[in-house]
Formats: sequence, structure tokens, C-alpha cells
Amino acid sequence: MTLAEMLAGLFPAGHDVVTRPDHLILGTGRRANGSSVEVIGIADGEALGIAGVLPLSARVLDVVAVGGSAPILVLVDTQGQLMSRRDEMLGLNEYLAHLTKCLLLASHGGHPTIGLNYGKAVAGAFLATALATDILVALPDASPAVMDLPSMARVTKLPIERLTELSKTTPVFSPGLASMVAVGAVAEVWDPAKPLADQLEATLAAVPTRDMRDELGAERGGRRLAADIALRVARQASGVHHA
Amino acid sequence: MSDTENSTSDTGSWFLSTARERLAGLLDPGSFTEFLQPTERVVSPHLALFDLPAAFDDGVVIGRGRLEGREVLVAAQEGQFMGGTFAEVSGAKLVGLLRAARADAKLPRTVLLLLDSGGVRLQEANAGELAVAEVMRAVVEARAAGVTVVALVGGRAGAFGGAGLTAATCSRIVLSEQGRTGVTGPEVIETNKGVEEFDSRDKALVWSVTGGRSRRLIGGADAYADDTVAGFRKTALILMERAPAFDLATLQAEQARLAARAQRFGACESAAQMWKALAIPDAQSVRNMDDEAFTALVAGVGGADHDAR
Repeated sequence: MTLAEMLAGLFPAGHDVVTRPDHLILGTGRRANGSSVEVIGIADGEALGIAGVLPLSARVLDVVAVGGSAPILVLVDTQGQLMSRRDEMLGLNEYLAHLTKCLLLASHGGHPTIGLNYGKAVAGAFLATALATDILVALPDASPAVMDLPSMARVTKLPIERLTELSKTTPVFSPGLASMVAVGAVAEVWDPAKPLADQLEATLAAVPTRDMRDELGAERGGRRLAADIALRVARQASGVHHA
Repeated sequence: MSDTENSTSDTGSWFLSTARERLAGLLDPGSFTEFLQPTERVVSPHLALFDLPAAFDDGVVIGRGRLEGREVLVAAQEGQFMGGTFAEVSGAKLVGLLRAARADAKLPRTVLLLLDSGGVRLQEANAGELAVAEVMRAVVEARAAGVTVVALVGGRAGAFGGAGLTAATCSRIVLSEQGRTGVTGPEVIETNKGVEEFDSRDKALVWSVTGGRSRRLIGGADAYADDTVAGFRKTALILMERAPAFDLATLQAEQARLAARAQRFGACESAAQMWKALAIPDAQSVRNMDDEAFTALVAGVGGADHDAR
């Protein structure tokens, strides 16, 4: 499915979403009920650097400033954060965190945010886009990852054969969509054979009002401990009011 | 803990200390209560797969205490255990603490995050990445509920990857000279993009790109601490008093601040060129001046102090 086909499927009532020459996606889609969905995103696996963050975060802030409760759809196909000495020198961590904060501000301010991973989604750029939304869905050929296995082998100094073997049974570290579903990062995988607009509506109706990804990971068995540990900490913290 | 130990640790190097030593020196003597103590043996279930030893705190110490009499929640990453990395257990401890701060208004309204982390633990990469996402969301929700979250960065592992993003999500960031921060570490950039893009063995270059002084001069950190426990305590106390709200105005100001930085320094090839653009007469001297002179220099540079975070 091309990006154009995907957009047409998402918004059969029409849209003005464009992919700019810098591979940023910006525009507005129309829902069947006539209301709007604001769209931002990254196309073509482009790496996300400082130049890419600023137009996306500006758009999100504009949506918040206008008010209302229009949902924001974040389309994600990015190979990761831009690896560049210059962008690091300028403080890329602040730029990526800024985009995250803008999306979280939007959702806090009543704009439901949905991530749709339709290609790559890696590392810091994954955090600043798809993982900064209220609910993340994916198409079946999406390939989210923290790092690929060869790079992981290099950093952990483990043989690639062993990592490959382990990755078959260990969603907690292995790259790919099935693992991200199992740990609770991806709430649902859409069916490209069915109308995307219907699936978008269903997802919009299911946007959670709090972060439930650790509970999802526990239910699915890919991340069994996190939710329980966070709860235990909160209980201990609230039980001790005098140090 | 005795007073003698406290006064000794006051002058001790933050960079060289462990997470527990930092907390012991930072907080008022005897005031620290730990949550999920090591005796509860909440360890990573994943490290054994890789024949790696676990730690009884999974490299994160959390709890509450007092700082010069003021109640605070604290979390400290242990950079010397698995690089202080975000993983399933270590991440969930941070998430739990921040969610508690947001949900329970009787808890202290300040959280200090003593970050010392290379980012996500690759042996638990997906759980770690998700933990970072959950921490960032929890930081924001705590801030929106009126909690001040201050990041203190000055350990061996710095704050890279998810830790670099987490630091920049907090209300305030304190850095020391050794407190390097960023997203992709120099070694990884060199491996992926070549030594001509980033020579990770060039210590002066690495320092000038990721180090505390560069960050402070362009507004990437809100305060500069000397590398002592006392230095971090003093600086944290000051920043706790004047944290920006988490709202549209703050983020619009941050948008303008970051856009202006990209425009002002976008053509710079080196930190020395950035400092020249800041009208620092002798850019080379930034490296050699003492902390006091550096603090005076920052005071004279526009844009380093802001509420846009």
C-alpha cells in the first residue's frame, strides 16, 4: 500500500494531506461525520533531525492553540533519529523531547492522539512520534525496533547467531511488530484488506484516557512485571508520608 | 549516616560516586526512605538469558527524603550497573514513582531524577524503550498536575538516548562539566556514519559537543553545578523554586527558543563557532576557565536562562 493509497483509505470523504519534499507529512483529513483529523508524520523512512521536528511540533501547537477536540493522527515511517554531530551539538535530545511534549500537551488538552506505524519506527524517533501518542496502531508490514540485531550484537558483544536464536522466543528485546504488540507498545494491528476509515473510527472510539501500555504488556505476556512494579511503588510511596 | 560522612561526601565527586552515595550526600542525614528496597529482590528476569548478573535494585534507587528540610521524591540511576539503562524493572520503578507523584497530592511536589544512563538496555530493548515512553508521559502528567521534576546529570554514563529525551522532558536540568547529554552517543555515530562525521576518540571534540558547558551556554541545561554533591544540592534547591508550568505558553516559548537556536547556530561546524556566535571573545578559553569564571560567563550570555522547557 502506498502512502497515497493509505491516505485515500483513511479519508474517503477527502483530505489535503501532503508529503513535502523533506518527507514530512502535514494536512487535514475529513471523517465521515464531517469533522476533522489533523495529520502529521514522517514518510519514506526519513531520519528525524532538528529540521524535521520543528514543523511537526509547530503544527501540533497550532492545533492546540486553535482549541476544540480534533484528533491528531501521527503517521510514522522513520529509520530513527538523525545521527549527526551537528544535530547532537545543537541539542537534538531537546528537539525530540519537545515534539513528545507537544503531542502529550495535545492529548492532555483534549485532542486524542493516534500513532499509525506503516513503515519503520526506530529508537529516538520512535519515542518522539509513535510512542508519544495515546494509542499506537500499525499496519502488518510495519517494522518498529529499538535497534537491529547486527547493531545489537555489536554493542552487547554477543554472537549474532545467539541473538537471532533468542529473538525467536523473547519479545522483550527482539525487533519487529509482533514483539512490540506483545510488550504493549502497539495496541492493535490493522487489517489492510478492510476499510482503513472504519478501523480509524474504531481506534478513535477506543483511545484510552491513561497510559495502559504496561497493563497491555502484562496481559499479552510480553512484559509481565512492569505494571505490577509500578503499582507496588505507588502503594509504598503513598503509604509512607513521614520519612 | 553520621554528620562526618555527610561532610566528606559534600566535597566528593558526583561523577565518581555511586547512585546510593549521591543520594546519601544529597539528602538530609537519615531522611531517606527507599521504596522497593533491595531486600525485596525485585530483579530483572531477563539478564540471565544473556548470562549476565542481576542487581537487587536493577540499577535504580527510588524513595523520598528531605533536601535542606524540603520534602522530595527521588530516583537515582546507577551508571555502573548495565550503564544505568532503562529496562523492564528499572523503568517501571521510575514510572511508579512519577505516577504516584501525580496521583497523590499528599506526596512531595518535587521529584529529583538523578539520571546516569546510556539509554535503553539492549537485552530488554523493547521493554526499555517503552519504559522511556512511559516515563516521559508520567513526567509530563506530573508536571501538568503541578509537580516540579528536576533532572540532575553528572555521572559516568551521562544521559543519552532515552535518558537524554527524559532529561529534556523535565521542568529543569542541572548539568556538571562531566554531565554529557544527547541522543546518539559519539561511538554509535562513528560506527554508523564514519570517523569523519564524529571521531569518538577525540575527547576534546566529544566534550565540546555533548558536555555540560556547551549545553549550558546554549540553554540546553538550566544550571551548571560543580562536580560535587554539595554543588548539585545547592543547584537543585535553586531550581526547585522556579520551575516553568507545563502548558501551551511554555511549549510555544520552547518552540520559539529551539527554532531560534537552530537558526542562530545552524551553520556552525564546531562548538567554538557557536561560542563565537554568542560573542564570547576567546572561545578556546571556555574549556580552561574554572567553574566560577564559567558561571560568570553564562550570566553574560543571552538565552542561557529561560522558562521555555
